[in-house]
Amino acid sequence: MYGILDCNSFYASCERVFKPHLIGKPIVVLSNNDGCVIARSDEAKSFVPMGAEAFNYEKVFRDHKIHVFSSNYSLYGDLSSRVMSILATFTPEIEIYSIDEAFFKLENVASSDIEAYILDIKRTIEKWVGIPVSIGVAPTKSLSKVANKIAKRYSSRTKGVYAILTEKQRINALKWTKVENVWGIGRRISNKLKIQQIYTAHEFTLLSDEYVRKNFSIVGLRLKQDLLGKPIIGFEQVKDKQNIATTRTFERALKLYEPINERIATFANACAEKLRKQESECTCLYVFLKTSKYSKTLRNVGLVVHLPYATNSSFTICKYAIKGLNQLYIKGYNYKKAGVIVMNLKPVSKHQFSIFEDENPKHQVLMKILDAFNLKYGKPKIKIANQDLNKTWKMKQEHLSPRYTTVLNEIIEVKCE
Amino acid sequence: MRVKKFESKVLTIYMPEQSELISRPIVSENIPAGFPSPAEDFKEVRISLDKELVKNEAATFYARARGNSMVDAHIEDGDLLVIDRSIEARNDKIAICMIDGEFTVKRLKVESDCIYLLAENKNYKPIKVTEENELIVWGIVTYVIKKV
Repeated sequence: MYGILDCNSFYASCERVFKPHLIGKPIVVLSNNDGCVIARSDEAKSFVPMGAEAFNYEKVFRDHKIHVFSSNYSLYGDLSSRVMSILATFTPEIEIYSIDEAFFKLENVASSDIEAYILDIKRTIEKWVGIPVSIGVAPTKSLSKVANKIAKRYSSRTKGVYAILTEKQRINALKWTKVENVWGIGRRISNKLKIQQIYTAHEFTLLSDEYVRKNFSIVGLRLKQDLLGKPIIGFEQVKDKQNIATTRTFERALKLYEPINERIATFANACAEKLRKQESECTCLYVFLKTSKYSKTLRNVGLVVHLPYATNSSFTICKYAIKGLNQLYIKGYNYKKAGVIVMNLKPVSKHQFSIFEDENPKHQVLMKILDAFNLKYGKPKIKIANQDLNKTWKMKQEHLSPRYTTVLNEIIEVKCE
Repeated sequence: MRVKKFESKVLTIYMPEQSELISRPIVSENIPAGFPSPAEDFKEVRISLDKELVKNEAATFYARARGNSMVDAHIEDGDLLVIDRSIEARNDKIAICMIDGEFTVKRLKVESDCIYLLAENKNYKPIKVTEENELIVWGIVTYVIKKV
């Protein structure tokens, strides 16, 4: 059996762990730089759309007593790893799907005990960490997603957990599921299906294999089999990322070259660090520069820079990112956003030596020292010369909650009065 | 790995040089000459306070005590509290509780029809919690760490 565990309104729930009086109150969490709404508690959903720009909604926040938080990824990351580690003690195998979702396998649990077992997982996580979760279990991965939706949608009846165990339950669940809500079916495919009068997941599973394969490729066919209850979609092997991006919206618009140069160098360095962490290297990168969409004169440009050889050296990636920037930057615009994306990633172990030129082997040694040093001191102590040494670039985080679990002088205070 | 260069008149070819991949000894006490350390067999893991104080890592949180209501239980202003959320709230446990939107630390006294939150300082009165009050027992205090 496969299961999926999903944390309910995860970011909002993390804030509530340390502010339990906000349970039942509307909460929104803002993106980096307090730009727009990236998470909402159920209570806030009717007032604020996802992605709403915070500055347009200040009155709405006030009028409806919505509690606003800047995103606190130190906190969310730590609570996520606690949830995942508890889940791992209950099951032989888990696949962490995102910060708040994980697939898992259930073995050696009798069908009749499954509901009690997953309820125990849920209650343990809620008691130990304080994060409410929903769990769905079914014979296949895609069906477990459907079960999870049912668990959430009818939480008062299901207590937040649901298992598809019988054929009758499977068919009912698929009849209840709209085709566009099936895991893996995007808007394009669901629109195509609706033209063919296919509205539910159940109707999709009744299509012939040939038809599905012809119209939706082997991927569609695999999904159909999975929804029929034959486990086809297995656990993903831990896959390294194919692209790594570091992009930011600036707190204030930037006009001059120097501060933008500094930003690009920092982003390039952050990408290189992430590359080294997953032991990959890249052969090309993408640099982009944007003005605000409200700006009078718009400039929205980007370009791909090919590197002469595969590398993850901060120096090299930085150098080429700046070369890219130099082609993109034109004086006179108010730039509001920029980013560096490294692409075409390959594992370092499969390094292709270039006939003409290769990375200076000294970089590799130096990068190791740099990473070890920065790891030891928590915050970057060694930077590349292009990077700013002052903290002029603090993110705008006006509603940031303390990092309760990762920084000792930010832990909760308890009154003894 | 180093890069080796082969040159001819037409081409310059670089090849990875494998000679640097020397096998390394795996067993640390395998010293070819000299007397083996007599302590080698008695090597143990150094004492870890983390391991001693944190029984359940996923459920452990920390808090700072502020005030004097718990001094008789040796919890003083500024002390660091280790909190385990996995422990059941029972009579006589010292708990982190949430009342009126604030965290407080008190000893639990569970009666048949109500719960008392007891201070450990004779200047403070017990708080009676009935069904009408909203009480969240957030976690149980397992250790107090203080600077002397």
